[in-house]
Amino acid sequence: MSNILSVVTFLPLVGALLIAGLNSDAKINARWIALWTTIITFFVSLLIWWNFDKTNAGFQFVEEYNWLGTLKYKMGVDGISMLFIILTTFLMPLCILASWESIEDRVKEYMIAFLVLETLMLGVFCALDLVLFYLFFEGGLIPMFLIIGVWGGKRRVYASFKFFLYTLLGSVLMLLAMMAMYWHAGTTDIPTLLTTKFPPDMQWWLWLAFFASFAVKMPMWPVHTWLPDAHVEAPTAGSVILAGILLKMGGYGFLRFSLPMFPIASEQLAPLVFTLSIVAIIYTSLVALVQEDIKKLIAYSSVAHMGFVTMGIFTASQQGIDGAIFQMLSHGIVSAALFLCVGVVYDRLHTREISAYGGIVERMPMYAVAFMVFTMANVGLPGTSGFVGEFLTLLSAFGANTWVAILATTGVILSAAYALYLYRRVIFGPLTKPSLKSLLDLSPREIAILAPLVILTIFYGVYPAPVLDVTAVSVRNLVQNYEAAVKPAAALLETAR
Amino acid sequence: MELDFLRPVLAELMLAVGAMVLLMIGAFSRDKQGVGRTVTWLAVGVLLAATVAVINTDGNQTAFEGAFINDGLGRFLKVLMLIAATGTLILTFEPFAREKILLFEYPVLVLCAALGMAVMISANDLIALYLGLELQSLALYVMAAFHRDDVRSSEAGLKYFVLGALSSGMLLYGASLIYGVTGATGFSAIATAAGEAGMGQNLGLTIGLVFVLVALAFKISAVPFHMWTPDVYQGSPTAVTTFMASAAKVAAMALVLRFTLAALPTIASQWQQIIIFLSIASMVLGAFAAIGQTNIKRLLAYSSIGHVGFALVGLAANNAEGAAGVLIYLAIYVAMTLGTFACILAMKRGGRNVEDISELSGLAKTNLGFATILAILMFSLAGIPPLAGFWAKWYAFLPAIKAGLYPLAVIGVVASVIGAFYYLRVVKIMFFDEAAAPFEAVDGKTYAVMALSAVVIVAFVLPFIGGTLVDAATAAAASAMPPRAL
Repeated sequence: MSNILSVVTFLPLVGALLIAGLNSDAKINARWIALWTTIITFFVSLLIWWNFDKTNAGFQFVEEYNWLGTLKYKMGVDGISMLFIILTTFLMPLCILASWESIEDRVKEYMIAFLVLETLMLGVFCALDLVLFYLFFEGGLIPMFLIIGVWGGKRRVYASFKFFLYTLLGSVLMLLAMMAMYWHAGTTDIPTLLTTKFPPDMQWWLWLAFFASFAVKMPMWPVHTWLPDAHVEAPTAGSVILAGILLKMGGYGFLRFSLPMFPIASEQLAPLVFTLSIVAIIYTSLVALVQEDIKKLIAYSSVAHMGFVTMGIFTASQQGIDGAIFQMLSHGIVSAALFLCVGVVYDRLHTREISAYGGIVERMPMYAVAFMVFTMANVGLPGTSGFVGEFLTLLSAFGANTWVAILATTGVILSAAYALYLYRRVIFGPLTKPSLKSLLDLSPREIAILAPLVILTIFYGVYPAPVLDVTAVSVRNLVQNYEAAVKPAAALLETAR
Repeated sequence: MELDFLRPVLAELMLAVGAMVLLMIGAFSRDKQGVGRTVTWLAVGVLLAATVAVINTDGNQTAFEGAFINDGLGRFLKVLMLIAATGTLILTFEPFAREKILLFEYPVLVLCAALGMAVMISANDLIALYLGLELQSLALYVMAAFHRDDVRSSEAGLKYFVLGALSSGMLLYGASLIYGVTGATGFSAIATAAGEAGMGQNLGLTIGLVFVLVALAFKISAVPFHMWTPDVYQGSPTAVTTFMASAAKVAAMALVLRFTLAALPTIASQWQQIIIFLSIASMVLGAFAAIGQTNIKRLLAYSSIGHVGFALVGLAANNAEGAAGVLIYLAIYVAMTLGTFACILAMKRGGRNVEDISELSGLAKTNLGFATILAILMFSLAGIPPLAGFWAKWYAFLPAIKAGLYPLAVIGVVASVIGAFYYLRVVKIMFFDEAAAPFEAVDGKTYAVMALSAVVIVAFVLPFIGGTLVDAATAAAASAMPPRAL
């Protein structure tokens, strides 16, 4: 068990190497190897979850080796990162399945890119060293750039460049901040840095540099514009990974670095985050309302949902952070499922225009049910996983600032508007378009993809405890440390006045 | 033994004797056609033997009354330079045979240039510095014009010669001013003299410093003394360009390190300003000017200008970590340069090299291995982790942050993002665009260099490659930094 995190992280890479060693025209083999690799990785990650000690707030399964120069290779998980690992390994087999038939061109390279991407994503959540984290965080750009650019839609070149350069620009500033932290603390070890107290004015700069990176990744308004392009042009599985996991790296970064390492700056800059979150929630919901492209609509809705996450995180309360993590996991499942649903009809009709659809419930009843569940979860209907996260973050926002909460709540109404409007135009209405008459309902493969997502969406809506139990202790620890760091500073400010 | 005083210069002697012996073999050989190939192989052997000789020394040894020093820094850079020279020599076989210029003079010139570079790297005296620099430059001028039936090659040689002579003149003028002020030509004596009270305000010393640094900036092609680079890189035979971009850069950078850190550490605040300016200008110009290029050799020329800027970031920090950062940067840069130019040499159609970037169109469909290697090199040049190019930037910027040079660091990383655009464009052309006609099969030697550099770049994250290099560079830098009160 001592090296299990490295095992789970690098298993997909081994699969990728296996595929690379294959005879070049073995499409089927590439698919099967990729599928089995991701499934095995998923079970290994379940083993980690099984052995995870929920009562321990610290890092578990820690491994540490000497690396380059003074740097250490260090991995470990706590309650905050644990579930993101499960989410990643859970979504990957579904992505491979979703690409089974829709990717016919350069299958081998496609599967290699996905498996390498999985290794890099898992590494982000396991890394306990700043440089190691950055390595995985930025390294993910390479496979994603290729996935969008090679297997994407018409404007794929523009979208892939925008994605790459936008994210890179945010991240290099974080890199400089990491160097400054190294010279201040003498180490890049994350557990040590979590207990390091940076001087308040330095915290301010470090916070801003990290914010530049995570806000782009998240993405927050106004640096979200790369996301709709990337989502629309990426192949279905690429969109799933983008929405399901890559966006969560931003939220994870806030929880791992910004909040615990720079608490004073977080406290002072929280109003900025709240403002941006509110704008994101309301503005992008309104933008989503007028979209003509299904994927673009879901992309904007992702930005709005991430607004709840950032709002919840920076209330720095147990409920807010629990809610934010839950919202991220739920959104990881629901938005992934919605993109998969779009992929299902896109594979049949090769269009994402909303106006090209209408009344497909008559031809695809099972699809309509699945899509209904995910739409409701996206709206945040009680009984679905979407509700729990939104509820908790809104609750914590009321504690922090009533106006923020009230404005954010309007976002819930708007999300109902655009999601239901989308559902009505795609699923209901008269079935008049001739192209839709010969549609076939879900194939067994598609059922196998969507069924686990439907089950999880409803299960976590009704019974969120398995998730909240895992996160509770680590989050409590984080909140306590945060308050301990912020209170003396606030008192100092009081006396200064 | 009475010849013990020659021990520190054993590698240099091997190069010098080797060059002369090979010249004789070539001149007296009856087989005028085949001797070029034989002599080139022998030159590879001489270079490897010299590498072994360098590795087999230790400690700080000096020769010729302290004008020549063989220390950790010198060994690190000499090994790097010799590896680069060996690699470029291996790359010359196929293209030179194709152009019918695989003559025995070329490897002899390479050995002469390598000898000059070795002297530059070990120079501990203004005169030794100049001797090494001139020997290297004269050999390089001829090499640039080696394809003498080609107008561009001749033009490149002439252009390089004229501008090189100008910079040599400036170097001599600056060196004479420094000698006039300090009364010494040895670096340690200059350092002592320049450390005396009031020397910081001495105008003669400052002007001498500026002139020498300007001349060296010519040699490392730092902005604003970079104008010759794109033309010479484009015009010279590609194998020669590889040599200039790798081995010659290492040697010239060694001079900059020696001159600033060993000769003038006491007036660091003066040269730091110049280095910071050169660094910012090179990074920014390298990033912007490369965007419009369509010829891949010109693109690489601007890229190399940018990379010099990044390497200088480490030097600008003026601390031991910074010197180590420059060494690490150079090592990784040499690996990337060798690989990239090998790829350029492999771009062949109809028996001729093509150099337009659009020729790479859809390469991933026709030759995936080639495209993957070049893509790895491009991502690495852009500094994307986990590839070696990222580590180069990490170790160059880390000391700058320690020294508090925040604006320099921020400008640098922003320039690296802008620069990423044109590297990505090469990847885009290879992977996203429609396939053009396939290239001719890549010959074994070129492919070996390509693949080896790609493997090194990818495997750099492993402790036994990256860690070894980082440790070696740190130790080398520590040996060259004079102890000082910080």
